[in-house]
Amino acid sequence: MRLTCPFCGPRDVAEFVYEGPFSGAPQTERPALSAAPAAWVEAVFLRDQPRGETRELWRHLHGCGCFLDVLRDTLTHEVRAVAFADPADAAAMRAKP
Amino acid sequence: MSGFRLRGHAAPLVPFTWQGRAMLGAQGDTLAAALLANGVRTVGRSFKHHRPRGIMAAGEEEAGALVTLGEGARTTPNLKPSVVELEAGLVARAQNCWPSLRFDLGAVNDRLSPLFAAGFYYKTFMGPFADTRIWMACERLIRRAAGMGAASPLPDPDLYDRVHGHCDVLVAGSGPAGLAAAREAADAGLDVVVAEADFALGGDRLSDRDPQELAAALAELDALPNVRLMARTMVFGLYDHGVAGLVERLPAGAPWRERLHVMHARKVVAATGALQRGFVFGDNDRPGVMSAAAARTYVRRFGVAPAREVVVAGAEDSAYAASIALAQAGLDVIHLDAREAAPPALAERARAAGVDLRPGWVPVRTQGHALGGELRGLSVGRHLGDGRARAETRLPAEILAVSGGWSPSIHLTTQARQKPAWSAELGCFLPGEGEVLSCGAAAGVWSREGAETSGRAAGRLAAIALKATRRRPLKDADPGGDEAPPAALWEVRPAGRAFHGAGKAYVDPLHDVTADDVRLARQEGFEAPEHMKRYTTLGMAPDQGKAGGVIGLAVLAVARGEGTGSLAPTTFRPPYAPVSMGIFAGPDRGPGWAPVRRTPFHAQAEAAGAVFVDAGLWKRAWFFPRPGEDLTAASMREAAMVRATVGVADVSTLGKVEVQGRDAAAFLDRIFANPMANLPVGRARYGLLLREDGIVLDDGTVWRLAGDRFLVTCTTAHAATTAEHLARWRFRWPELDATVDETTEAWCGLALAGPRSRAVLEALTGADVSDAALPHLGVREIEATGAPARVARLSFSGERAYEVMVRPEAAAALWQAALAAAGAEGGGPYGLEALDILRVEKGHVTGREIDGRVTPGDLGMPGMASRAKDYVGRALMEREGLLDPARPVLIGLRPVEPGAKVAGGALLHPLGAETGRGIGHVSSVADSPALGMRIALGFAAGGPARWDGKLLMAKDPISGRDVKMRAGPPCFLDPWGERLHG
Ligand SMILES: [Zn+2]
Repeated sequence: MRLTCPFCGPRDVAEFVYEGPFSGAPQTERPALSAAPAAWVEAVFLRDQPRGETRELWRHLHGCGCFLDVLRDTLTHEVRAVAFADPADAAAMRAKP
Repeated sequence: MSGFRLRGHAAPLVPFTWQGRAMLGAQGDTLAAALLANGVRTVGRSFKHHRPRGIMAAGEEEAGALVTLGEGARTTPNLKPSVVELEAGLVARAQNCWPSLRFDLGAVNDRLSPLFAAGFYYKTFMGPFADTRIWMACERLIRRAAGMGAASPLPDPDLYDRVHGHCDVLVAGSGPAGLAAAREAADAGLDVVVAEADFALGGDRLSDRDPQELAAALAELDALPNVRLMARTMVFGLYDHGVAGLVERLPAGAPWRERLHVMHARKVVAATGALQRGFVFGDNDRPGVMSAAAARTYVRRFGVAPAREVVVAGAEDSAYAASIALAQAGLDVIHLDAREAAPPALAERARAAGVDLRPGWVPVRTQGHALGGELRGLSVGRHLGDGRARAETRLPAEILAVSGGWSPSIHLTTQARQKPAWSAELGCFLPGEGEVLSCGAAAGVWSREGAETSGRAAGRLAAIALKATRRRPLKDADPGGDEAPPAALWEVRPAGRAFHGAGKAYVDPLHDVTADDVRLARQEGFEAPEHMKRYTTLGMAPDQGKAGGVIGLAVLAVARGEGTGSLAPTTFRPPYAPVSMGIFAGPDRGPGWAPVRRTPFHAQAEAAGAVFVDAGLWKRAWFFPRPGEDLTAASMREAAMVRATVGVADVSTLGKVEVQGRDAAAFLDRIFANPMANLPVGRARYGLLLREDGIVLDDGTVWRLAGDRFLVTCTTAHAATTAEHLARWRFRWPELDATVDETTEAWCGLALAGPRSRAVLEALTGADVSDAALPHLGVREIEATGAPARVARLSFSGERAYEVMVRPEAAAALWQAALAAAGAEGGGPYGLEALDILRVEKGHVTGREIDGRVTPGDLGMPGMASRAKDYVGRALMEREGLLDPARPVLIGLRPVEPGAKVAGGALLHPLGAETGRGIGHVSSVADSPALGMRIALGFAAGGPARWDGKLLMAKDPISGRDVKMRAGPPCFLDPWGERLHG
């Protein structure tokens, strides 16, 4: 399996780590630190098990280190899209000469 | 008479050894071809029934006998002689027979076969015999009697290689279809790899009468710069995203034995051909029974006649190609066609070649020699339809060449989740449509012209899919192509009277699974194909359904009364055929199995006499023995030295993360359980980090180098996890202006510890490091031995101590200067073991205590969890179970008898209640020079508050040693920290 890192290009999956499901907005990945334990239990321990297309957070840990927004199909293992998960990375890439 | 080499087969001779006998084969032979040419008929004994078996095929579908190759450490068991390339000096022997191949004591299993009926093994697990002596005896008997070859217990001396490769089109198979597909794709300019499992390229074309045509076609293809032809290379598995696993066997004398290619292919073409299957009749497993296609291959490709007297028994057209080839080679051939009417054109060609053709006849049961059991003849009868026949007459035969039909090798497309479909018309599974393209016999296209058409069409489709051509798809060949349809013949069952004397009818000879076993499975309720397969072991292990898979499904369908109009396939998984474990280990074994991390001080420490220990991937200086000292003596001396004068230790492996930015302080305040925002510039603070679930992740120190610049150090073991944790939270808080960078290897450091450590630091820096300029927990960026350095006054040992960090290029100078200065003060180097003793004496925790199960309260540091702010882990730390006052809390333990040696991991029990799991455990031990005894840290329910001054029994269930210990607070030395300022 390979992922195409928007910074590094296509790389073997061994270079990446899976971080978990992704909502699309980094700041809403977890409840506020002040939130009640029940909200944290939901976020930390409970997982959906989607069949078909799913949005995931990966990190190119053994590469550029960027967090990646991956659209993947759990049924076919097809990777539909890989993008920067951190808007700052996307902006930095666009600003590249 | 048995097999012999045909005249006119000119090839250099190759010496080899079979069962200790020297023999000669020909270059280009498989071991099976060479054995047949040498007149060998029986090559092994079967797995369970110990029946004699011979060569039954000419490829991976071999189900006759497995052999063991090589000697000593290079012994490889369970190989199929039909695919083993004959190399000079090859040593092979039969397996699963004792005391000899022809007189096998285990053959009594054949008579005891009720014991070995399918499912016997499982049944004895349950019911009245379970856990009884009878079961134990049976198990031992079965395990000894039913066996495969034995692997060598010695380490494999050979090297295995692993490479990653890329190509546009990977063609699996080099037969007519594969070569045509490769040519078509190559002409579109694509980068093409053709992988062929055989040591010779050409597939079925290797059995052509004129070998020159194939040689010319291969030379032409090989000359193309964008085509790679790889013989001895099997595509054993397809994985996601076009990744294919290829194993390449290297010829003898190569530096590697095998090489794993992880091939990233943009398109895969399966030109994997088809396997011929037989059909089932009485005693269809004798040496001398083989597939018709194999008989043709031995004659045509290897110039080996399997015997003079041959009966071909076919249910379909391709059997004629075999009988014609055998007759043309001068052998006596009788051809039984199970169909009432022979296909006229083929029949005419067969008769012209001298074949004695008998349409409408089938074999019913074979006969063998009294001694050895090899085939000498067969009973035959007229086919009454649906596999029924009555034995009417006998025919003499040394070889019975059987053809029941063909099974396309759909393993690769099935692995790619392309669901195969049963074709009742062709009597086979056809590959499912999808990303992987099938062509030739793998797609059920039988004829040579059809295969080439189909290969070209697949090559064109690949080129179109990869946008390498704008041309249109080519017309594909239709599956089939026979003159007359095949008979749906799976099993010949004697008509009329009872089965007495029908012999054993094997579906899967490799696993000794008979048609009756399949019926028994159904009778006992294992009706689904997947259940039947597991119950009987049909098609498992080395076979993977090649020999008997389809027949087994058909026999099951008939037994279920469903007929064979529609069969459901079982799942094929990689590997296609057995591959050695060595390729998966590849070069990652011995010292090379993992990278080694050495600190920049490694060479200096080594020169100072350090003994190293593995800590994760790191090599850490463990102790510095003087002559005659062992680990205990050296580490106790080093620990005492630190308390008396000064010691120098390498602490480079500590994890280091730099956090910078306007909001760096706010970021760390959210990360750590204790406050960090109010840490003054130029000061350091000890801190605890929690996981999201409220468990302690790590401890470390935070150095504030500037208002917006922090250095976080963490433990060696948790460095990577902690750095990832910080990066993850920085990502989740985009509103904070902070960056996180791991700098573990960008800096290296020494700890200077002991009452004389300030003198050493003065010598290194030449700066004012008085208590006023550098108080306890002070941080300074100054120069040490002329290089920029970060210095913090931190103590892990409880003594006055400093950490000095420099860039790796300054390491050597720093070490030398530090050692010289320490030496002048009466000190020297100390290692990891002394470091551990010193911290246990002070009750400081490491990874042994921070083991992924403890809260700050468990570590005796409830005050470290701030109540005044929010931080990661706070919410879930307040879960009920983590607040339970009965949780084990860190305590110190000293033995009641000073000489007693407690071991780490021992369970703690209140005296008089010394059973079960106890109330806690011992986490760390140290032979303390300061206390003159072995002390320990551990966890006990209730902690020091409950147990201070009381006795606990430390029970080590492994050594059986019990040590009575007195509990107390975890700090054994200088509880008020006066030595920090000494
Ligand atoms: Zn990357």
